[in-house]
Amino acid sequence: MAEADGETLAPRRRLQIVRRLARHRSFRIGFTIVVILTLAAVLAPLLSGIDPTAGRARLRFRPPQEAYWFGTDNFGRDVFTRCLYGARLSLTIGLGVALLSGVIGAAAGIVSAQFRRIDAVMMRLMDGLMAFPAIILAIGLAAAMGPNVGSLIVALSVAYIPRTARIVRASALVVRELEFVDAARVSGAGNWRIIWRHLLPNCMGPLLVQLTFVFAYAILAEAALSFLGIGPPPPAPSWGNIIAEGRDQAIDSWWIMFFPGLAISLATLGMNLLGDGLRDVLDPRLKVET
Amino acid sequence: MSVLAVENLTVSFRTDAGWMNAVEDVSFEIGAQETLGIVGESGSGKSVTALSILGLHAAATTRIPKGAIRYGGQDLLRVPERAMRRIRGGEIAMIFQDPMSSLNPVLTVADQISETLMLHQGLTRAAARQKAIGLLDLVRIADAAHRVDAYPHQLSGGMRQRVMIAIAIACRPKLLIADEPTTALDVTVQAQILDLLRDLQGELGMSVVLISHDLGVIAEFARRVLVMYAGRVVESAPARTLFRAPMHPYTSGLLAAIPPLDHDVRRLPTIPGSIPDPSRRIAGCRFSPRCAEVEPGCRTAAPDLMTVGEGHLARCLPRLRGRAA
Amino acid sequence: MSGAIVSAQGLVKEFAAGNQVLRAVDGVTFDIAAGETLGLVGESGSGKSTTGRLLVGLVPVTSGAVRLFGETVTGPGGAARLARVRHRMQFVFQDPQGSLNPRMRVRDAIAEPLDIKGGVSRAERGERVAELLDRVGLPQASADRYPHEFSGGQRQRIGIARALALRPEFIVCDEPVSALDVSMQAQIVNLLLDLQERFGLGYLFIAHDLAVVRSMSRNIAVMYAGTIVEMASREALYAAPQHPYTQALLDVVPRPDPDRIRRPALAGEVPSMMNRPAGCPFAARCPRVQSLCRSETPLLRGIAPQHQAACHFV
Repeated sequence: MAEADGETLAPRRRLQIVRRLARHRSFRIGFTIVVILTLAAVLAPLLSGIDPTAGRARLRFRPPQEAYWFGTDNFGRDVFTRCLYGARLSLTIGLGVALLSGVIGAAAGIVSAQFRRIDAVMMRLMDGLMAFPAIILAIGLAAAMGPNVGSLIVALSVAYIPRTARIVRASALVVRELEFVDAARVSGAGNWRIIWRHLLPNCMGPLLVQLTFVFAYAILAEAALSFLGIGPPPPAPSWGNIIAEGRDQAIDSWWIMFFPGLAISLATLGMNLLGDGLRDVLDPRLKVET
Repeated sequence: MSVLAVENLTVSFRTDAGWMNAVEDVSFEIGAQETLGIVGESGSGKSVTALSILGLHAAATTRIPKGAIRYGGQDLLRVPERAMRRIRGGEIAMIFQDPMSSLNPVLTVADQISETLMLHQGLTRAAARQKAIGLLDLVRIADAAHRVDAYPHQLSGGMRQRVMIAIAIACRPKLLIADEPTTALDVTVQAQILDLLRDLQGELGMSVVLISHDLGVIAEFARRVLVMYAGRVVESAPARTLFRAPMHPYTSGLLAAIPPLDHDVRRLPTIPGSIPDPSRRIAGCRFSPRCAEVEPGCRTAAPDLMTVGEGHLARCLPRLRGRAA
Repeated sequence: MSGAIVSAQGLVKEFAAGNQVLRAVDGVTFDIAAGETLGLVGESGSGKSTTGRLLVGLVPVTSGAVRLFGETVTGPGGAARLARVRHRMQFVFQDPQGSLNPRMRVRDAIAEPLDIKGGVSRAERGERVAELLDRVGLPQASADRYPHEFSGGQRQRIGIARALALRPEFIVCDEPVSALDVSMQAQIVNLLLDLQERFGLGYLFIAHDLAVVRSMSRNIAVMYAGTIVEMASREALYAAPQHPYTQALLDVVPRPDPDRIRRPALAGEVPSMMNRPAGCPFAARCPRVQSLCRSETPLLRGIAPQHQAACHFV
């Protein structure tokens, strides 16, 4: 009996988390939004037959209408199609930055909290990074690696790592003072076990919330950097650079900025709801809303 | 002549499983200058009862379907919030278990005491400060003129509880409710605070409700005792009667579980199990699952509170058999 | 005592607070024999909890020595020797809420010492958890639940089950019942006594009042401001407490007797660890203080068989 319990433990727990996620209302909504946006990005060629980069002088500044749901821009390109293709770049950047800065930031934060000797050095390093302008860094990286998505993700991640590290460090410092950490130490637990089993799981809540913010910020920041010519070159659409290009016509042709802006809001909302759901489900103390 | 009378008070909370009664059909009176002790384990409903007197429950998750709290010719459950605010802190004051979180860490002692005085008595800042120093003297804080400018973190736990008491008595309340006021304190400081409360009660002529899980603390302080279990009063008696001749098995159990100081015991008698979750419906007497004297009848009908002697009520089928209601 | 499994010799612990030094424990010496309990009583700031942590190596000593099962685990090479005897001792914490990881199931919390030590098969692990739950009086179904689903008293049982996982010979119980209601206190005290009888456990039982330790302890040490002011067998201490502080502590224990008139409480509070006055640490609050007390620090000395006190006037 006891044996069977031990054997089935891990898979059963995973299953239970999935079941709890499925029951979580905001997770379901967030998950649906993110899936729809992802499908839109992947299936863009099927959803629209128009070339996202081909300009047609005849069709400039058309307001939303049956043929062009989101209208057209100053080159006569279809905003709907550009938004679909833009999702590819924007979602990649948002997720890429959130994951990269999350992993490195969380690692730096936890390590600072647990190994007090390197804390001062680590945190000054983070302060240095925070003070270093992301744009300059992005320019440097673009110069070194070429203006592509990869260098953009790295540059933006570097900019968000310090904040994430600070948040994780702050909550880890609170958690490591709790007695269950002492209990583990009395039993001879090493630093890594304390980090994996005790600190990290109890810092997940603030970390996930922070990462949903990073996701949204990264999508917006990509727009600014694209505008400066760093990152993927302009004809390839991203939500950010569609907005950036539409800025001059904001008043007369509001649709150029409005629809990609809406997409960014939707993606952010989706990620936020998703993050909330994960946070709740990973915390056994919270009852899951249904 | 009672200062306050609670009549058939029932309080329900919204939980995941619907509305649950945290307190059910609780009645008691507090006479002028009387000390009433309310004793029970956590989850017994003793603090919920106290908070109801001051109307301090969150409206969204609390309902009071039944009962009245009579005070000065009005029912506190039906007094508008504005009027309640005047009574709260002015005529009825309360102190809590944790003096650290009850004080605002960024305000000095003078600021916190003055706040109450300016609010309820319309004193100027300077006059309030003078009065604050007087109050600190009253709660036996040495060097009050100097300490009045301290921040909460500069004071010890006992000192902070004294400041809380000073705030509570600032407007000369008719009734002071002390909810586990010494539970977070060291034993010698606990004794100091109990001494102080007793002295102040005499000096100010107030009535005091002392809430505690510790019958020893209750014995030191209260003249009359209410024993609560799972949201209900199971026994109520003058202190001397309760400690000499407890009627309810739960009261006896609580008394027996106190470790004796004057002789050795091999094992302490215990009440098995723990207080039931309020969401669990228990048929009949709520104490029956833990009771050593349980009979089949206990599990079917909930016993009524019956009079046992003068001012002595208890709720127990087997022990009260043969006594007239 | 030659049969001592745990022995503290002149333990001192200093903490740095800004540029001041805070002496939390100031020369504490005692022995605990196998299967016996030393009750360590004091108020907050007495250093009792720090003493418990020094014994198991949770806090490093500033000076003095700790010997566990014949190994000196402090000083040069102490860490390696501590690692050798670590599995033979355990710790039960005061706060049943904070001492369990809210994200770990009871099963994993209880098995954590086994997992850390390693070399336990899944089957053995499951059996051991079942056995431990049984031992501390929790239903088997508890294993798959999380700590927040339990009451304070039940959580303390989980903490005790975890402490028993490696079949230790000695457990530091740091105020295990202080956060519990009186009725739960008695249950936990009885459980600890049962376990002691069954497994021959030695305890350092830390408490802040003298009533709880009476039923637990063979010997009792009373701590004040980082030092032991009185240490005696249970019989001697309760029959004839010598130190004025011990007497005061006995006096303030609330008793269920409404007719008892207690003497007014001892004035003042435990002095801050920062600036301890010269002389006896208790002098400022002592009802029997003399001028000698303010200049000369009294040492713990034998005043009767099995009875020591640190007071000039006993």
